[in-house]
Order: sequence, then C-alpha cells, then structure tokens
Amino acid sequence: MWNRSYLLTSQLVLLPTLIIVVYFLWGFTIYTGFLSFTDSKFLPNHNWVGLKQYYLLWSNARWLTAYGNLFIFGGLYLLICVLLGGLLAVLMDQEVLFENLFRTVYLYPMSLSLVVTGLSWQWLLNPTLGLQKILNDFGFHGFALDWIVSSQYSIYAVVLAAVWHGSGLIMILFLAGLRAVDEDIWKSINVEGVPAWKAYLWIILPQLRPILLAAILLLTFNVVRSFDLVVAMTSGGPGFSSDVPAKYIYDYFFSRSNIARGAAAAVCTVLTVLFIISPYLYFELRKRND
Amino acid sequence: MINPHLSMNWQRVTIYICLSFFLIFFLAPLYVMLVTSFKSLEEIRESSLMLLPSEWIFDGWMKAWDHACVGLSCNGVKPHFMATFSITIPALLLAVFLGAINGYALTQWKFKGSDLLLAGLMMGCFMPFQLYLIPIAVTLREMGIFGTALGLILLHTVYGVPLTTLLFRNYYVSLPKELIKAALIDGAGFFRIFFQVVLPLSPSIVMVSVILIFTGIYNDFIFALTFGEVGKQPVMAALNNIVNSTYGVKEHNVNMAATLLTALPTLLIYLVAGKFFIRGLTSGAIKG
Repeated sequence: MWNRSYLLTSQLVLLPTLIIVVYFLWGFTIYTGFLSFTDSKFLPNHNWVGLKQYYLLWSNARWLTAYGNLFIFGGLYLLICVLLGGLLAVLMDQEVLFENLFRTVYLYPMSLSLVVTGLSWQWLLNPTLGLQKILNDFGFHGFALDWIVSSQYSIYAVVLAAVWHGSGLIMILFLAGLRAVDEDIWKSINVEGVPAWKAYLWIILPQLRPILLAAILLLTFNVVRSFDLVVAMTSGGPGFSSDVPAKYIYDYFFSRSNIARGAAAAVCTVLTVLFIISPYLYFELRKRND
Repeated sequence: MINPHLSMNWQRVTIYICLSFFLIFFLAPLYVMLVTSFKSLEEIRESSLMLLPSEWIFDGWMKAWDHACVGLSCNGVKPHFMATFSITIPALLLAVFLGAINGYALTQWKFKGSDLLLAGLMMGCFMPFQLYLIPIAVTLREMGIFGTALGLILLHTVYGVPLTTLLFRNYYVSLPKELIKAALIDGAGFFRIFFQVVLPLSPSIVMVSVILIFTGIYNDFIFALTFGEVGKQPVMAALNNIVNSTYGVKEHNVNMAATLLTALPTLLIYLVAGKFFIRGLTSGAIKG
C-alpha cells in the first residue's frame, strides 16, 4: 500500500530530529544530571560521590547570592515587564497617532542581543559617564545613580536593562490580545458608562489570561538564560553581588574546573524553575481545557 | 478602541506624555551610543553624554571596524563578521529546511510515536543551554570539531531545529487535507508533495523562521564564547571581549561604534521586516 511507504519516508525524514531529541536534548540533560553526582573536575569522570556536590553547593556563599538573585531578578523582571508591557498596550489601544512609530521604538530592543543591551546600559548607568553625570552636570548635584557599582543594588541595574529589552514584547502580545477583544463587549461597557480604567482592569485584562501565560513563559525562559546580560553588563560584580545561576554554572564549568559542582547548580536551577512554573502551568492549562 | 470617555482632552495629553516618556526611555541607549561613537575621547571626558558631538569624527568607527583588539589580535570586528556569517548562513539554511520538512512529516504523515517525538522536542527547547554545555564540549571533542566553525554550525542547527519544527508544525497543521489527497491521486511522492505543493504555500512562515533563526544565531553569545574558534569568534563574543577587556584606557567611542556595528544587521532586519519578526516572536507564544 502506498501509504506505508510514505510513513516510512516520514520516519526517515525525522531520523535526524530523533537523534536531536534523544541525544542532544534529553541525553545531554540526563548526562549533566549524572555528572552532578560525580567528582568531575576539569574533565568529566564517573566517580560516584552521591550528594556531596549538592552539600558543597548549598554551603557556598557565592551560590546563595546567585540563587537569591535568581528570585530578585526573575521576580522583578517578570513583574515590571508585565506591568509596563500591559500599560503600554492599553495606552497604545487608545487610537493614538503615530502608533507605528511608538510600536517600532518600543519593540526594537528585542532585535538587539543581550550583549549589546548589557553594554549600552553599562555605559548609561556608569556614574562617571552616564545618567548620574548628566544630571549632576545639569545642576542636580545630589543625584546618585550608582547601582551598577554598588554591591547592594547591582542586580537591580541588570533588572533595568532586562526590562528595557523585554517589555516591548509583552506590549505587543497584550496589544494583539486587546485588538481581539469583541466589539460587543466594548459596546456594552460604553452603554453601561463604566469608566475606561475600570473596564480595562476588571473586564478586559482578565480576558487576556492565556496571553499572560504565554508572556510569563517567554520571560521565564529569558530569566534562566540571563547569562549574556550579566556577563556583558557587570560580569557578576562588584564581587559576586550580581551573580546569577547561569553565570555561576558557567564559571564552575569552564574557569573553575569544577564540572560536577556546576552540574549540581544547573540541576538545582532547572528544578527550581520547574517547581515554580509547573503548578501555574497546570492550573492555567486545566482551566483552559475545562 | 471606541470609548467616549477618552475624547476628553487632558486624558489624550496624558496618554501622549506617557507614550513619549517611554519613547525616550527606549531610545536613550541608542542615542547615547550613536553620538558618543562620533566624539573624540577628550570630548567624551569633558562634555555631556547627551550632547551632539562638536565635531563629528569617524575614528571610533574606523578603529572598531578593523583594528580594535579582540584578545591579542587587533583586526577590529571585521573578521568576526565574516566568521559569524559563515556560521549563521549554513546553520540557518539547515535548521529552516529541517524544520519545514519535519513540520510537514509531523502533520501530514503521522506515525506511531510522532506525537511523542514532538513532545520531546518541545520540552527540550525550554531547557537552558547551560545544561548542555559539558556534553556538547565532550561531543565536539570526540568529533574533532571543538573550537571550529563546523562545530558551531552543528550546534546552531541542532538547537535551532526544535524552534523551526514547532513553527512549521503549527503552520502546516491547518493545511487542507484535500490538497495532499489531490497530489496523491496525481501520483506525487513524499518529497514531490513537499517541494511542489506544501513549500510553495509557506513563504510567510519560511520568512518568519529565517528571521527568527538568523537573529537567534547572530545574537548568540554563549556558544560563540565557549565553542568559537580562537581569533575568529562570532561577533557577540568578540564585542564583549573588545569592550570588557581590562587593558589600557577605555576607548568609549571605539567601544560604542563596535557595539553599534554589531547591532546593525539585526536592527536593519527588524526595521525592514518587522512584521515577520513580530509574528515570529508572538506566534509561538500565542499558539503554544
């Protein structure tokens, strides 16, 4: 039967993809997980040491900072991107002139790499070069914006750059959602005389929950991959104050020659994110299927 | 949105003030880099970052292009551009082609286990690359292509395929069944249907994937940094090296010119084909 030969071809065509899935995605994940139970240093080895690397990891001050920063960075980045993106989308939905101009400008950072983003904000936030100097020169002598060189606030500088890079995407997602809202809903809102801000807050935005889900997933993905931004902007400094798990893992793999510890950190990071995101995902998807 | 309450003037003014404030916020870094890249080092030290250059100087751009130092080699970003494109283009073609034919196979010729394969692919592409780095290093070494362009082409293809496959799958899933049936009656084979019926129907999704994958590979930093060829790292790794090198005086004009140079290709694509770019970014999100 011709059908069988087509299915066989289909399987053959998907063979490289099967290799990708089994070897490069899942095989690699499992192998890295396995390495976290060994004492691999400069090269991977298979000496089983149980949970030793995890004990060492969780008693390491640098890791605790990096892990804490995952929450500060991730939490603020998600929150601000969603709020700012939502606000911009609502503003853009008011039949503004030059909508294309605004949209193009808000979204262009998405086309730039995180390295470029990190470098440009490194300059803007540099106290002797950027915004602080500009405002001081204008006569605001007390104005201080030295987050990037402060071990207390450097992670917030990274948040600022990340928000700059990512909020346009959230804006465009929400805007697409707002444009898809049924005309009739607006008609009845207008008939009832509900103020616009109330209408958005209580009627329109709650309808965009599926979009919020997509936005949060996309942003979470960026949080875990925050390596580029941190390296370009602060290199994790001053000290280790703006370190994040992505950079910690990388350093332990390649400059500290402690592969097993890096692998343990990678496992902990992925598990943390899965642990936070899956209840939300489960809840939302179940709701959608109902 | 049609809303009578918004016709009040002060509300319109507030809206435009807000929108313009954010316009400035988003443009500020680009503006600062642009004006600074044309200043002399002296002027950068003495004048404000916000002012236009008193004299437009191209030295920064020249130096950034062909004699700024990346590590020990001082040839500017030029050789790294060549290296980046020689990696990006083959990987891009491979990833998009494989994604397209995968999408076709996964939607039109489902077999036992094809949905499982798709699920495995989907889950895998949400993992951070950090999880893969050591096994990648081992594999590339075994294959003898560690630190070569070939290694990076392989990596970008392998890790680009999940995304392109999902994009094409989502697109082909709504392809009318009659189309394939008609082609079958005409006696077309698996590949002829793909090349002569399915592919000609998909210019927009091809465009979306090309732009998305190009931007992704071009902007990649972690693979470039880890597995790039010494002296020929892709641009983002080279750029970070130029700017964050700890040697000598910080030449802000050169650094910012180098940053703008490397940002230019994806920025241009965005400005020219923004529609596809946005569709790529949002389509996966909304359907996924």
